[in-house]
This record gives sequence, structure tokens and C-alpha cells, in this order.
Amino acid sequence: MPRLQVRDRRAARRKAAWRRRRLVLGLMSPWIVGFTVFFGYPLLASVYLSFTHYDLISHPRWVGTANYAFMLHHDPQIWNAIKNTLWLMVFAVPLQVIFAFGVAGMVVRAKAGVGFFRTVFYLPTLAPAVAATLGFTYILNPATGPVNTFLSWFGITGPLWFESPTWAKPSLVLLGLWGIGNAMIIFLAALLDVPRHLYESAQLDGAGALQRLRWVTLPAVSPVLLFAVVIGVIEALQYFTQAYVASSIVGGGAGNAADPANRLGYPEGSTMFYPLLLYQQGFRFFNMGYASAMAIVLLVVAFAVTLVIIRNTRRWVHYQAGMR
Amino acid sequence: MRRSAIVSALLATLALAACGGGGDAKSTSTAGGAKASSAAPVTITLWNGFTNRELGVVQKAVDAFHQSHPSITVKVVGGVNDDKIIAAIRGGNSPDVAQSFTADNTGLFCSSGGWIDLKPYMDASKVDASMFPPAVQTYTAYKGKRCALPMLADTYGLYYNKDLFKKAGIASPPKTMSELTADAKKLTVRSGASFKVVGYDPAQGFYENAPAHYGPVFGAQWVDAQDKSVLASQPGWSEFMKWQKDLIDFYGFDALRRWQSGAGDEFSASNAFERGKLAMAIDGEYRTAFIKAEHPDLNYGTAPLPAADSHPELYGAGYVTGNIVGIPKGAKHKDAAWQLVKYLTTDEHALALLSNGLRNVPTTTTSLKSSELTPDPKFKVFLDIFANPKTATTPITAAGSANQELFQNYVVKWQAGKVSDLQGGLADVDKQIDAQLAQSSGTQVP
Repeated sequence: MPRLQVRDRRAARRKAAWRRRRLVLGLMSPWIVGFTVFFGYPLLASVYLSFTHYDLISHPRWVGTANYAFMLHHDPQIWNAIKNTLWLMVFAVPLQVIFAFGVAGMVVRAKAGVGFFRTVFYLPTLAPAVAATLGFTYILNPATGPVNTFLSWFGITGPLWFESPTWAKPSLVLLGLWGIGNAMIIFLAALLDVPRHLYESAQLDGAGALQRLRWVTLPAVSPVLLFAVVIGVIEALQYFTQAYVASSIVGGGAGNAADPANRLGYPEGSTMFYPLLLYQQGFRFFNMGYASAMAIVLLVVAFAVTLVIIRNTRRWVHYQAGMR
Repeated sequence: MRRSAIVSALLATLALAACGGGGDAKSTSTAGGAKASSAAPVTITLWNGFTNRELGVVQKAVDAFHQSHPSITVKVVGGVNDDKIIAAIRGGNSPDVAQSFTADNTGLFCSSGGWIDLKPYMDASKVDASMFPPAVQTYTAYKGKRCALPMLADTYGLYYNKDLFKKAGIASPPKTMSELTADAKKLTVRSGASFKVVGYDPAQGFYENAPAHYGPVFGAQWVDAQDKSVLASQPGWSEFMKWQKDLIDFYGFDALRRWQSGAGDEFSASNAFERGKLAMAIDGEYRTAFIKAEHPDLNYGTAPLPAADSHPELYGAGYVTGNIVGIPKGAKHKDAAWQLVKYLTTDEHALALLSNGLRNVPTTTTSLKSSELTPDPKFKVFLDIFANPKTATTPITAAGSANQELFQNYVVKWQAGKVSDLQGGLADVDKQIDAQLAQSSGTQVP
């Protein structure tokens, strides 16, 4: 009798466990389906397509590693694209993080109107990327834009901005700096979170403003800094919209007028970033197998870069108790 | 739980793969064609890229078609680009007839079988491709497979401002490139570091300046008989590049670039030629319609593009490209679709109707002389360019316009003064183009 009872209880428990699993699964199913359909399947399909010749219409044909070989040996544009994307990672990302951090630092210190400044600096984030880029191409128009007109009042000939291969990327950086609202808000929260008593004791120990920044503020916000850097690097690797819009608008007519994509990289390939080349190969040159290979390489690189950053930052990123 | 998650993931993947596989649905059709118009009534769909007023013109031509083919009703859908056509073919829900603005994509449509081979239909209906000029035959077929027919074309010539010509004391439009340079210098009016009037802007990338548009008047070919890129061995290309760089240096590259950025959008009423800020420009025949609508008072003339100094006999020729029409492989009523394709591309009345409405060049040799065409001497210049036997187009490849873009990248570097070895660079571009085309057509380079 007692054994039977135990078995009954076990069966009931198992049944309950199953019911719970089913419930969890049911509740998760929208996510599972979404993840599978919009992430898992495309990812697997990309891996497969990267080993094929695929023109978007006929059936993919297996070509082994030919696409990867083309990438290494023949693609005339890929090194320029990699160089441009690296440029973004090396110059644009740190600048944006420092700028966002600086703005947050100033807003935190503002005696009055904190809400106002917070709104002003956050607002640009709300502008859609396409609209913001259009606005910048107008403001930075070398001949008619307000910035160069203003400079000309002081006898300064402004740069050619988006029209110049030297200035096109810095112009995009300016656009990026203008839209640092998201990072700024996160830094702001982190700065407000630094315990005041740490500053007070540091001050009692005779630490100056710079020392307080170095030994109190930076360690306390380091996890947020890390987050901003990682997100910034991933965004730099995927940089597309702004460059696409700027080059097609500023590039003007350029022959085949029906097709703005013919101006990708304008001027002189200076805004041809890796994702733009991927788009051109896949959708303009009907070389989707190769574009898939490029996408896989991008994924692996993004993963590796993120890993390297996180590994190298263990030394300087401090998590407060309970934060991990 | 993990296992069941994987199972459901797999199921979803399978379901999706099943959807993706639907692209090959065979549609029943008897490739014979000619009998369709008397058959049972059908409704077919025509996808095209036109919008607004121009879409109305297409609709008018389609209405005329319906009158002569009462059993075939056509649903006209405008504003469709090639991306959508390609996606529809892949998804198995393509229209019966598709029109594209991008003749460069003929290679993809033919080589992939995305648009069906029209030969059996043309044979059955006794339509012969020789009714179109040779260049037009070139851009509607790929490697001998004709999967498209032309529906109106664009040809390129020289627009010149007659008032500015008079002011500068120039009697007639230039006939050679060195005359063009001399006139451009005379017509240019500087104001400080910038320009009040630019005589002629030869910077590639500006408005309709693309190497492809100049090739025919420099006698420059893109490929040899084996479809290998031959830019370096064609003296026409280096002559063209030296000519345009020479004129750019007269202005100063940076100064010209600065002027360009304020020159006004090409397809708007602020176009620099239309406002008299640019005395001469290379442009398509469609500009006559734009000027009529936007600046009817502009006193201008049209002429063929000047020819290279080494090829004066090429004066009168020009570059041609155009709209292409075809039947996607998933079309449900291929016979009726062929009737519409045949009508839109070969019927003289339809071509005149479309040409008058869109102000593009009608595409058959006979329709050029159609009495239905609205007479206009400025437009007539482009009809003559179109009919010129030396008029040429760009080769069709499986990689869209990759060859043109890679070449243009190089020309743009050259004109900025960043190339020291012109000839060596051209040889590099040849290699790049061959590698890219081999890659895109799936025949890999070793």
C-alpha cells in the first residue's frame, strides 16, 4: 500500500511538472517561433548559401569555398570596405562614447534645467536615421548649407563635407555624435548611481577633480562604459543606413538615374562600408552566395571582437556587489 | 523541455523551407501563343515601374490593347521595381507581364530563367528581332537567349543654351570633343572662386555623366568576342578619360565639386541646365519633357553628343538603353501575356501613344517614322541618334551593372587626380571586372 501511494504521488508530480513545462513552452512559443523563423532559419540558410552560387532566382548551386576564396583573393572592393569599417571602429566609437560620457557628466552637474538639457540631448535620437541623414546633407552642403555659409562670414572656406573623400566619414561621425542620446541617458543613470559618500571620502583624502574621476567615477560606471563600447562596436560593424542615404543623396545623378544604389560609397568609395558592399553584391550584382559568405564573416568577426573586448576589460570593469 | 523546443524549431524551419520551395510551381501553358485572343476571357497583371502621370500613359496604351483584344483584361500595377519583381519570381507569385527600367538586369532575368525565353512565341507570331536596331537587340537578350523585348528607349545627346551661346558668340553646337572643350571655356563665367555659369561639366558621377554614355562617341568597346573586359586595350577609353580630366583641370576639381553641390537636384526644376547655370549638358531625350513642364521659356537646342577627335565619323551616334518587358516564369496566362508584350513592344500605334505620352524614343525602326508621333524638332534629334547605325549600348552581364560601376569607380579616382598610371589602372579594372563577372555568373576564376 505505501509503495503504491509513493508511485501515485510521483506520477502526479511528474504530471504536474509536465503541465508546467507545457505552460512555459506555450508562453514562450511566440518567442521560440519568432527566434526560429527570423533568426535561426536565416542564419542556417546563410551558412548554406555561403557555399553556393545563388543569383536570387535560380536554385542555389554548390560551389564549395569559392565565395570565400573570392573574398580573399579577388574582390576588388572588400579591402577598402574593411578599411572604412575599421576606421569607424577606431575613431567613431571611442569619440561617441567619450562625447556621450562628457555630455552626461555636464548634464549631471547642471544646477538648473536638468530636465531641459536631458531632453535637448536626447531628442535627436528620436529622429529616424533617414531623416537625420537628409538633414545633415542639407546642413553640410558645401555650397548652400548653413554651416559653410556661416564659416564664409569669417572668411573661412568650409570643407566639402559629404562631397569629399577625406571629410565624408568625419561628417558621418558628426551625425553620430549628434545622436548619442541613448548612450547619454544610460551614462546619466550610471553617474547618478555613484554613491555620494565615495566622493566625500575621496575629497577628505585630498583627491582633486581629475583624481575623483579616475578613482571613483570611472570604476563605478565601468560596466556601463563596457556596454556602450560593445554596442558601439557592433553598430559600427553593421553601419548601413546613414551611409546609404548620404551617398545616394549627395552622389546626385551619376548615370543610371533610376537606381540610387549605383552611388554606393560616394565619394570615391570613402563611404563604402562592409554592409554596403554586402548589399551591393547581394542585391545589385545578384551574387547572394557571396553576400552570404560576407555575412557569415561579419558575424564571426563581431563575435570575436566582442569576446576580445570583454576579456580585455576584466581588469578595469568593476561590478558592484550584487550587480553580476 | 529543451528537446521539445528543438522539435518545434525544426518544425517551423521545415514549414518555412516548404514555403520557400514554392517558387517552382509549374504553370500550365502551351507555348504556341498565337491563338490566345479568341480564347476564353482572362485577366492578366502587368507590373511596371511608372507612377503618377506616366502610369496614366501606360494605362491608356493598355486600354487600347483591351479594345483590340477584348477577351484579355489587364490589371496595371505601377511603381514596381526590380527588387519586387525578383522577389515575386522567387516566391512563385509573379505577374503575367513585368516591365523594368533597368536593362542592365536583362542578364539576370535571362540567365536565371526568371523571365521565360520568348523565341517560341516570337516564331509563332512571326515577330522578328530585326525590327529593332542592333543596339536595342543587344540589351534585350543575354548570350543568345531573348527573354525581353524593348518598350521605348532613352538616347543621350547634347543640350545647349541658345541664349548663352549667343552671348559667348558661338554659332552652332560643337561637333568634336575639342570643340566642346573650347566652347565650354568660352561659356564659363567665374565669380570669385566659384562659377556663375559652367560651360560644360565633364565630372563623372555628375547628372548623366557616366562612362557608358560617352563610350559610343569615343568608339570604345567594353568587351571582346569572348566577353572579356578590354578597357585597357581600347584607345577610346583613355582618350575619353584624358579629355574629361583636361576640362576638369580648367575648373579645378575641388571648385567644380563645390559648384556641383549647389547645382540643384537633377530631376527637379532646380536642375542647373534648366536654370541657365550650366550652358551645355549631356542628357536623355526625356529632358525635353521636363523643360517643357518646368521651364517652358528656356531657349535651348539639342544635338548629338560631339564625337572624339580621333573619330569624327561617329558624330550623330550616341548611347541607348531602355525599358525591358518580359514574361516571368510563374506567369499563369503566358499566351495572353505574350499578346500584351507583343502589343506594347511592336504595335506602331501603341509605341506612338507611349512615346507621345512619356517622351521616350519608340523602339522599332518603323515606329520612328510614325505619322502619329507628335512632331518636335528638339525631340527629333534623339530619334535620329536612335536610328544611327553606330549608336551603341553597354554589354549585358549576369551581374547587373557591376562592370560599369567598377569602371566608374576608377574614373572617379582618376578625375580626382589620384591615379598616376592610367593604362596600368585600366588593366587592373579589366581584371577586377572579369573576376567579378566570373564570380557572379558562377564560373569561378581559378
